[in-house]
Amino acid sequence: MSRFFSLTRLRALLSKESIQMRRDRVTFAMMIGVPLVQLMLFGFAINTDPKELPAALVAPTQDRFTRAMVSALELTGYYRFIAPNATATQAEAMIARGDVAFVVTVPSDFGRRIERNDRAAILIEADATDPSVASGAISTLSTVAGRALQREAGDAAPQQDRGVEIIVHRRYNPEGITQYNIVPGLLGVILQLTMVMMTAMALTREAERGTMENLLSMPATPLEIMLGKVLPYLAVGAIQVVVVLAAAKLMFDVPFIGSLTVVLAGIFVFVLALVILGYLISTVSRTQMQAMQLTFFFFLPSLMLSGFMFPFRGMPQWAQHLGEIFPLTHFLRLIRSVMLKGAEAQTVADSFVALGLFVVLLSVAALFRFRRTLD
Amino acid sequence: MTTNAITVRELTKRFGDKTVVNGIDLSVRRGEIMGFLGPNGSGKTTTIRMMCGLLEPDFGTGTVLGHDIRRERSAIKRKVGYMTQHFSFYDDLTIAENLHFVAGLYAMRPKRQIVKDTLEDLGLASRKDQLAGSLSGGWKQRLALAACIMHKPELLMLDEPTAGVDPKARREFWDDIHELANNGLTVLVSTHYMDEAERCHRIAYLSFGNLVAIGTTKDVVRDAGLTTMIIEGADVPSAARALAGEEGVDQVAYFGATLHVVGSDARALKRSVTRIAAETDCTAVPAKTSLEDVFIQLMNTSRDNTP
Ligand SMILES: Nc1ncnc2c1ncn2[C@@H]1O[C@H](COP(=O)(O)OP(=O)(O)O)[C@@H](O)[C@H]1O
Ligand SMILES: [Mg+2]
Repeated sequence: MSRFFSLTRLRALLSKESIQMRRDRVTFAMMIGVPLVQLMLFGFAINTDPKELPAALVAPTQDRFTRAMVSALELTGYYRFIAPNATATQAEAMIARGDVAFVVTVPSDFGRRIERNDRAAILIEADATDPSVASGAISTLSTVAGRALQREAGDAAPQQDRGVEIIVHRRYNPEGITQYNIVPGLLGVILQLTMVMMTAMALTREAERGTMENLLSMPATPLEIMLGKVLPYLAVGAIQVVVVLAAAKLMFDVPFIGSLTVVLAGIFVFVLALVILGYLISTVSRTQMQAMQLTFFFFLPSLMLSGFMFPFRGMPQWAQHLGEIFPLTHFLRLIRSVMLKGAEAQTVADSFVALGLFVVLLSVAALFRFRRTLD
Repeated sequence: MTTNAITVRELTKRFGDKTVVNGIDLSVRRGEIMGFLGPNGSGKTTTIRMMCGLLEPDFGTGTVLGHDIRRERSAIKRKVGYMTQHFSFYDDLTIAENLHFVAGLYAMRPKRQIVKDTLEDLGLASRKDQLAGSLSGGWKQRLALAACIMHKPELLMLDEPTAGVDPKARREFWDDIHELANNGLTVLVSTHYMDEAERCHRIAYLSFGNLVAIGTTKDVVRDAGLTTMIIEGADVPSAARALAGEEGVDQVAYFGATLHVVGSDARALKRSVTRIAAETDCTAVPAKTSLEDVFIQLMNTSRDNTP
């Protein structure tokens, strides 16, 4: 039997850990349930193409062109005019309160301009606090409006190139995030939260319950103890991945263009980095509470700076540099490129290298930090 | 092969600026049962942890079963059975699963047979699927002892193994310990109980991190050089009040209706006791000094010496 590594000892540690995991029903259910719930909550809020959104109409002269526009908009199914004859002030208050998602303003000279074949414009203000909600409604606008007016005006219709100018103001959140970005990103976020936290708590629990003293007094080496903790959680991570990927496909129909193998390889390296990070956290914290706090201390900035919440390229330079220190940043780049853009393995090699580097550095740090004694 | 199972020199441990173990010299012979005594917080657990490789000494050297306590921790871990002060097996594993885990870590073969035999020796075979967390104190202690002798160690270190265990179970436990020692095992056992101290071959007494006495119980009592007198009579309480703080009187303690008076200066003690006994209509007779008297004396004097 080797002094540094023995399969027999590792097997003993693994079987003990998996028994404990199975017996802790609540935690185990959480590890499978949390991804599903999160995915449903995030996924539905983002991915549904909401219809019949309340809208207000500000149109001082209700001429036939205006009426044609309004009925065309209603026909798309996206708009429901709950205030068909509002003043500008009323409409402003309604959108601020959230009573309506859109304010459509048709200027008083709209009809006259169209008849004179002048440039005509309508303004659509969208409440873009949740940008994905408004995006479907807005994207159909130009075609709908154009066609409606053509029909109504007949020969007097404006020429193709002049058209009706539709001015869209996305309010409260000028950049729009596209929806497909979110679900693959969510996989990264879910894995990050559960993997890091569960692993971080697992070793700290031994210290807190006093079982660490016993474990250390028996002949298990740091490497065996680390693998004994990390491998079972890797297996749980695999289950989570299957659940989330299947749900992404079945429930949200997220496109999957790239190679599954490359995606899975990326996920594997990412999860490995996460569990080792969790293990590292557990070697520096004395209580489960500390482990939890450290996890969140790491989790929140990575959520902000990884490009999950805000577009990475839109952040200031220093924030982008800071963002590079989170495995999530590299994972998001990798999975978005492969899943959504069909990138090949070579294209995302940089992300693989970065994630691999995390695995190596974190392992070394964890083995170094691990206390063989109770000091 | 050395004849000592444990030899440590000037063993020292500090936590922050507090010296918890202060330059201890200690030898334990092979096959010996060494009792480790001292009040709470005197450094017993810390010393044991350093000797089985769980804490790094700040100063001092030592060998356990011929292995250096700083450099050969893994060899020590394989040959030593350590029973922690607080139950430290897994509450959420069954008795059998805990034993399987230990057997696996020591790579014992044939594993199943060894675990099965252990369960039967313990009388736990019928309850092997019960969660360890649901066992009573006495059974937890038996499980812990069984788990730490399963790999046939040469040295056992037991940290307050009988705390919270009823007298009958304690008696059985000590019978087991002697049985093991008769078969050549060395045992270092920490305890609070006086009767347990008397069951050890030798005892070492720690106070505020200092080793203040070592030897057989007889040696320790003799080396303390104390004189004890018993006061009896109608008005023992008055005698007790009068004795407090008198010259030569170090301890006054009630034992039933009598008073034990202990002091290190025999002549001064006798003078004071005889005088006060006469004043209060009591009688005073010389008596044997007990181990407890010695321990209390050691505790008081070593506190006086600690800054
Ligand atoms: N890890 C630690 N950090 C700081 N102080 C400690 C630590 N372990 C023990 N101590 C202190 O060291 C002293 C001796 O403790 P211990 O060895 O457990 O004594 P005993 O076992 O004789 O009761 C106590 O005052 C205790 O508070
Ligand atoms: Mg103790």
